[in-house]
Amino acid sequence: MAPGTARRYPFPKVPMRQFLLALGLLLWLALPARAQDAFTAALPGLAGGFGDIATSVEQLGALADPRALPILRVLQAGQLQKTANGRLLLPGNIDALTGQPADASGAETVRLNNRVRQALRGALGRLQLASPDAAERGAAAEAIFRSRSAEDVPTLQAAIARETDAGVKAKLILALAAAQLVASDEEAKRAAIARLGAAGTVEARALLIEARAANPGMAAAIDASIANIDQSLAIRRAVETLFQGLSLGSVLLLAALGLAVTFGVMGVINMAHGEFVMLGAYATFMVQEACRGIPWLAPWSLPLSVPAAFLLAAAAGAVLERGLIRHLYGRPLETLLMTFGVGMILQQAVRLAFGAQNREVASPAWMQGTLMLPGGISVTQNRLWIIVFGIAVLLLVIAAIRFTRFGLEMRAVVQNRRIAATMGIRTGRVDALTFAFGSGIAGMAGVALSQIDNVSPNLGTGYIIDSFMVVVFGGVGSLAGTLVGALTLGVVNKVLEPYAGAVLAKVFVLVAIMLFIQRRPRGLFALKGRAAES
Amino acid sequence: MTSTSPTLTRRAALGGLGAALAMPALRPAFGQGTPIKVGVLHSLSGTMAISETALRDTVLMMVDWVNSKGGVMGRKVEAVVVDPASNWPLFAEKARELLQVHKVDVTFGCWTSVSRKSVLPVFEELNGMLFYPVQYEGEEESKNIFYTGAAPNQQAIPAVEYLMSKDGGEAKRIALLGTDYVYPRTTNRILRGFLKSKGIGDADIMEEYTPFGHSDWQGIVARVKRFASEGKKTAIVSTINGDANIPFYRELGNQGIKAEDIPCVAFSVGEEELAGIDTKPLVGHLAAWNYFMSVQGTPNTEFKQLWQSYIKNPKRVTNDPMEATYTGFRMWTQAVEKAKSTKVDDVRAAMIGQKLMAPCGYEEEMLPNHHLSKPVLIGEVQEDGQFNIVWKTPNAVKAENWSPFIPENANRRR
Repeated sequence: MAPGTARRYPFPKVPMRQFLLALGLLLWLALPARAQDAFTAALPGLAGGFGDIATSVEQLGALADPRALPILRVLQAGQLQKTANGRLLLPGNIDALTGQPADASGAETVRLNNRVRQALRGALGRLQLASPDAAERGAAAEAIFRSRSAEDVPTLQAAIARETDAGVKAKLILALAAAQLVASDEEAKRAAIARLGAAGTVEARALLIEARAANPGMAAAIDASIANIDQSLAIRRAVETLFQGLSLGSVLLLAALGLAVTFGVMGVINMAHGEFVMLGAYATFMVQEACRGIPWLAPWSLPLSVPAAFLLAAAAGAVLERGLIRHLYGRPLETLLMTFGVGMILQQAVRLAFGAQNREVASPAWMQGTLMLPGGISVTQNRLWIIVFGIAVLLLVIAAIRFTRFGLEMRAVVQNRRIAATMGIRTGRVDALTFAFGSGIAGMAGVALSQIDNVSPNLGTGYIIDSFMVVVFGGVGSLAGTLVGALTLGVVNKVLEPYAGAVLAKVFVLVAIMLFIQRRPRGLFALKGRAAES
Repeated sequence: MTSTSPTLTRRAALGGLGAALAMPALRPAFGQGTPIKVGVLHSLSGTMAISETALRDTVLMMVDWVNSKGGVMGRKVEAVVVDPASNWPLFAEKARELLQVHKVDVTFGCWTSVSRKSVLPVFEELNGMLFYPVQYEGEEESKNIFYTGAAPNQQAIPAVEYLMSKDGGEAKRIALLGTDYVYPRTTNRILRGFLKSKGIGDADIMEEYTPFGHSDWQGIVARVKRFASEGKKTAIVSTINGDANIPFYRELGNQGIKAEDIPCVAFSVGEEELAGIDTKPLVGHLAAWNYFMSVQGTPNTEFKQLWQSYIKNPKRVTNDPMEATYTGFRMWTQAVEKAKSTKVDDVRAAMIGQKLMAPCGYEEEMLPNHHLSKPVLIGEVQEDGQFNIVWKTPNAVKAENWSPFIPENANRRR
């Protein structure tokens, strides 16, 4: 309603002031009416095909009509219904247009697709920009950043002026820069290019590349900004690769620690080690199912599974050692074959009990999503927790071996079984406990793996080779070797992966280990002294 | 799915088996002829057990169903189940056992292309008949195999066309992620040719392969994110097979890749695979198949009822390869009735031109190239683990098993 519109109407001669007053009144009356017209015109599109819904959502987002917001929210939640004659129903069978209760017979849910979701994100962003909740305003700023258009510039400027929350303000400023990039104001565009360059995110980079084609005159400034982003991205990428390597390393460490005890200390080649890991993962599943019915306990099911998994795997380990392995001490080939068979029996037993299908172990909320570190480095929460858990388990193992009576007896039996026996140590019992301890640690690894891998009967088979590789590479019998070996293999694997691909990277690592073992058969941290020679 | 008690499933499976065995006692109406033998060659252990166990149950269900209708040509049908244990050479041995020791009249089996390639020479040598129920890469045609899953032009190519359409988000850059074996590599080769014909060059295509059962997707998903930051709309085309999908989708969710920004269309992920994951972060990611459990219509309602009452679990899902098994089995019974014989050569001739109103809601026809005409459906993952069908072809599409996008096929007569 620019003044130009008014000029078209023929009007009698009235004093200017009165005319303006009347015009103002007219405008005041007409605006909501027109908005309402646009609202009623846009709404029925929501009952149409995906293209109609998307257009209608965009129109509703552009109108500043307060009635649009609840409808769009209901649509996003997948609760909007449509009847055969094209009426739209809100939950409770209320007609979206009239606000009156309506007949809901034959109504079906309005379905969304990605195009509609994209339109919804932008529209809700625009409508929620004035929300009293800072988190909603922040989400709105992010939504506008993604769906930016030149028309958002004035709204964003107004929003920045009244924004009090620093975090939301920063997001709004970025969204404004994104909108200015597609607006026509050259001056503002240059500033926006610099600002996006300073933001240093992949999203900003994508916007700049898009803008380069449309603004050949500013190619130099845009390229400088992109170079700026690339530089900070390179550093970030290096840190993230290191994190991914440590994360893979911590998984290898967890899988190998139990083996470092049973193979490294006792010298038992336990091919069923992977199955103990798998038992731990199923223990996690069972604890989760048991906790499901008790609301206050449910969020704690994962921490509770750690001792449960330890006990289950340790019990299985003790039975295996007492029942079979102790009869085969000193016969490594027979032990290998026998434990391989036990592994297969365990797998099939679990398959019979739980079915061949994977079991879903849910991640608690604090393990989902990404954690943003200063400098824009993003790390996934579940991987971070697994690194922490890996270190905790390592410390636990070291403490158990160094500072407990069981650890002392264990070391004594390993060093000299006969003398230990003469000192009154029941060596058979120590063997059983040591094997149970190593198996229990494998069970704890299963808790961690249930968060990143499939809880299926073959979970363990994927880790058995890697575990032996880590223990042999690090040096049999050395916990420090296991730690360094696991982390080295993890980081080397992740550094190679972008160049060689996931399959070849693994091959390279295996070849490298073979060459290394040729040079140093005892691994990184070779044991010295009499124990090493036996 | 999570609320399913494992014992119930087991009992259901045993019960079903028991019912199948008890069938002759209940129905003495079968004619004098010896029973017709149906071989079932699906892995019941190993990595593929997750997908193939349901297909074994589907065949047993169909045997049960056909016997309850009085058998085929009045003769009782008997299933012979063997377990090739996800071990590709063992597939060939078990196929030979089915044909030579058990003398089966027809076999339903295989999932991965590598297992099919392993049994193909056996079926050709001994003139057996195999129904293969899974979508695959094409580039094959055997007189001893009927392919009831999709060829590339019935799945992969329409799915990528959809991604490039307005509704699909107008993707201009494609990341091809797959498991390292014949199906993903061939499919991606075909897709590369197709994308080139649409003006998408090598610079806008990323291709990565991972081993079976790969679980550490951090690096690859991060690289896809970076690949998507070149200012063009990017989409992922996934030919990842088996249980590696679960950690993959989990990583997509954790790294915050939303379907609105980078949609991922999968060719080997169905209702059964989604049963093991929390689908909330995946809403909007896509799958292309020829059947979804959410298809409306009587044929599908009947199929679902048949399955859920057979397996005695009202929550068990159906999926595309199960539907393909069902369709193949019904066409086979029709062909045997028509040929009035179970001889492979007679049934083969009768198979061509067999029609069936399939659960997908379209009439499917067996073509002379041993493939079916099938509709193409594209679905978006919903919160409940089902698919919301967002696009479908108006008619059933004829299978092209020799893809025109592979240069070597140019001289082949089509």
